[in-house]
Amino acid sequence: MRSLVIVLFSIVCYVSVSFAIAAEKWPGVDESVVEKYAQEHGREAHEPFINTDQGDLLLFVFLLAGTIGGFAAGYYWRVLMVEKYPSGKNKKTAAGFKDN
Amino acid sequence: MRNANCGARNGDPKSSGSVILLATGYWLLAPVQVSYAMHISEGILPLGWAALWFFVATPFVAFGLYRLKKLAAADLSFKPLVGLMAAVVFIISCMPVPVPSAGTCSHPCGTGIAGILLGPAVSVVVAAAALLIQALFLAHGGLSTLGANVVSMGVMGSFAGYLTFRALRSVKINMAIAGFMAGLFADWATYLATSVELASGIRGDSPFLPLFWKILIAFIPTQLPLGILEGAMTAGMVVLLYKKRPDLLVKMGVIKAEEVGI
Repeated sequence: MRSLVIVLFSIVCYVSVSFAIAAEKWPGVDESVVEKYAQEHGREAHEPFINTDQGDLLLFVFLLAGTIGGFAAGYYWRVLMVEKYPSGKNKKTAAGFKDN
Repeated sequence: MRNANCGARNGDPKSSGSVILLATGYWLLAPVQVSYAMHISEGILPLGWAALWFFVATPFVAFGLYRLKKLAAADLSFKPLVGLMAAVVFIISCMPVPVPSAGTCSHPCGTGIAGILLGPAVSVVVAAAALLIQALFLAHGGLSTLGANVVSMGVMGSFAGYLTFRALRSVKINMAIAGFMAGLFADWATYLATSVELASGIRGDSPFLPLFWKILIAFIPTQLPLGILEGAMTAGMVVLLYKKRPDLLVKMGVIKAEEVGI
């Protein structure tokens, strides 16, 4: 089952990246809709307050954000689903939950 | 960290975690060179309109914080659930998904599932935190437009998802279908609100309605399929939690105790 998930995931990665490379540009709807109509009405987007959209810096912050977000999601998932953190006011009443 | 080594004894969660991390890393990293996201960017809205949306968002955020404190005190499992949902909303809402049919990228919101599981008020807080981090460090959205983005994604997404789910469940609609519709409407409601905010903010002397329709229609090729994706994700998460921790869903009032025999 795990292998199947990894194979399917790899196919999705390959297909989506192939699409992106083929088209060269995949504008976000912020560009294709929000900023386009804003420009038509004389409004321009400003530089962000902290501008990380410089070279590969944006790649770095997105990777960092993804890593931290992924770890947080995984950690809380384990707390809730594997360790079965109890619902209720008293953790000792929860079946299967061990407090080290 | 309680039971930090507990999961290590169990092979599946660990490997599932690796796959989730791999997926998260890929989706956040790979498309970033070729696409950007969709929150309303810095400086797009005039100051007056930006301030108005802050004014609208503030009571929702304040009430959400009040609810968060109250619910966390009443139930131990609420904080980890909020942590999980905060991470999910943050990741999902900065994950540009290519839509081949439109040739553009956009992202789901995640506020549908957060609204269902945490309640809409707390979901607004979670969305506001995610949007603030994105505006500050990811060049994604803006600080001046934070209020508008909180209203569209946080308030509209959360309430649309929550109300749709509750309405459908009250007439005994299957949980997966209710979850799907909740995710779908949460996503579409977000872009409906974004269209209102944008049209009202940038129109100048132009009439509101024609510009509103123009923007809304421009969103459709991208958000129609993405809404369906968000619906599928929401349904999957609700069903997964139903199977893994039905007691949590009972506690959060998502389902009734009789449904799972607790």
